[in-house]
Amino acid sequence: MTRAPLALAVLVGAIGLALLPLLAPSYYASLMIPFFGYAIALLGFNLLFGYTGLLSFGHAMFLGFGAYGAAVLAGKLGITSFEIVLIAVMASAALVALPIGLFCVRYVGIFFGMLTLAFGMLFYSFLFKFYHVTGGDSGMRVPRMNILGLEFAQYNKIEFLAGPFYYYSLALLIIAAAVMWRIVHSPFGLHLKAVRDNARKAEYLGVHVHRFRLAAFVISAAYGAAGGAILGFRVGLADPELVYWTQSGQLVFMAVLGGFSNFFGPIVGAFAFTLLQDQLQSLTQYWRFILGAVLAVIVIAFPEGLAGLAGSLRRTRAGKTA
Amino acid sequence: MTVLLETKGVSKCYGALRALEEINVVIRAEEVVSVVGPNGAGKTTLVNLLTGLLTPTTGEVLFMGETIAGIGPVRLAERGLVRSFQLIQIFPQLTVEETIAAAVVSRQKKRWRVFASLGRDREIGARVAEVAEIFGLAQRLAAPAATLSQGEKKLLDVASAFALDPRIILLDEPTSGVSTAEKHGIMRTLIAAAKRAGVQSIVLVEHDMDLVAAYSQRIIALSEGRVLADLPPERFFADPRLIESVIGKRRRH
Repeated sequence: MTRAPLALAVLVGAIGLALLPLLAPSYYASLMIPFFGYAIALLGFNLLFGYTGLLSFGHAMFLGFGAYGAAVLAGKLGITSFEIVLIAVMASAALVALPIGLFCVRYVGIFFGMLTLAFGMLFYSFLFKFYHVTGGDSGMRVPRMNILGLEFAQYNKIEFLAGPFYYYSLALLIIAAAVMWRIVHSPFGLHLKAVRDNARKAEYLGVHVHRFRLAAFVISAAYGAAGGAILGFRVGLADPELVYWTQSGQLVFMAVLGGFSNFFGPIVGAFAFTLLQDQLQSLTQYWRFILGAVLAVIVIAFPEGLAGLAGSLRRTRAGKTA
Repeated sequence: MTVLLETKGVSKCYGALRALEEINVVIRAEEVVSVVGPNGAGKTTLVNLLTGLLTPTTGEVLFMGETIAGIGPVRLAERGLVRSFQLIQIFPQLTVEETIAAAVVSRQKKRWRVFASLGRDREIGARVAEVAEIFGLAQRLAAPAATLSQGEKKLLDVASAFALDPRIILLDEPTSGVSTAEKHGIMRTLIAAAKRAGVQSIVLVEHDMDLVAAYSQRIIALSEGRVLADLPPERFFADPRLIESVIGKRRRH
């Protein structure tokens, strides 16, 4: 892929998102917060799926770590800085992912998927059953926190989300994407791709297959927790539904929708899904049906997803003019 | 000359089937050794034992005096033992450049550079260019491996193994699935590359007797899991019974 049009597309996207709160109603600005959260989580999810070849069906577990971590740190321990909460939930998710990953990365394909699903459901039932700790099905409150040490007390919740927190989350997404870009274009990232394409061959080229799968799993867990903390902050609640397997399925949906073989696919997927779901929900009670149909069409007709579609459209156009 | 690789009384059984029995072979530095034999003689099993992919039922395999049992391919590669497989192994979505770079990253111990830029690492780039040049792949650096011709895939497969700077390389039928016209070209490239890269020994599993005769200094003939002969080519080809037992059976197929 040539760099110039890609850089232009990214720039246009970033500027568009930066202008959105000024041009669109505040409803749309606050709608974009979950997009930022999901997009960050999906960047990590796709390091595991698109770059390492491991499809996790339990990734909502890490969203849950982020949201519940924020609830515990801010709600119970009284930490008011969102940055500290973010770093803490990312670090603890990575720490928990280490033993879980040790189990899971010994398997690939459907077995890896089922194991991650099992761990996800284990965490879900923990949240659901230990209600004196976790609040059970009513979840745990995530209080409003300071960002960059500023309280923004003059803003009510909607104004805060549509204003300062919007830009804050956008900045987090840009930082998360920039860091991930470095990771996938590093020597480390190359070995991940080698593992994805042919683990046997990779081993004989000196690639530590298991360790690299584990490393990708741990990094993706940290990204998932960061995304989950944003989701929890936005709703003000850490909800066990965030950890349920349908949420994990939704992450897979977004990745496929956007295109997992493309770096920006997950971001495009999170954006398209968030908008699509919102618009369909307001149009019809059969929105799930339509979402399902859209996914089927994407998988059958555009297996590279929306981002891949944009790429191939550009290539055919370039081919015609050439 | 220094012994690089040796087997001591190695046997391999699959249930009741004895694939290899009491194999004692030695691979020394500075030699190209061919392993020949009819189908089912145990050639691939031997290579798999020599590279730690299989563990012997009895006996042991020593590489530079140390057993390779349980070491695993990654550490074997670090010590200087690499191999290619009979079926071409490539990374379909990686380009030629990336495929070779994957090995160079291992060799230069840069695998844990999580945030470093691969593209801006001159040391890796220079080595990748060098290896690609040796194997005639310099013009194909940006091509995804899946789009290469069969012969190019084979070269890439072996080139990536060479990029590890091994002491010894085991090639399991490096010319299988390649047209007869290309075979000698590939072999010449491999031998020349090995010399340039400082590879000390090559173990070659090969069916094509022309190639065996042309390129090896020693021939190990296997038949029904046993070593039938371990001779220099001139003595091997002087014995019609040996040739009959190695090639004769193949003619009947």
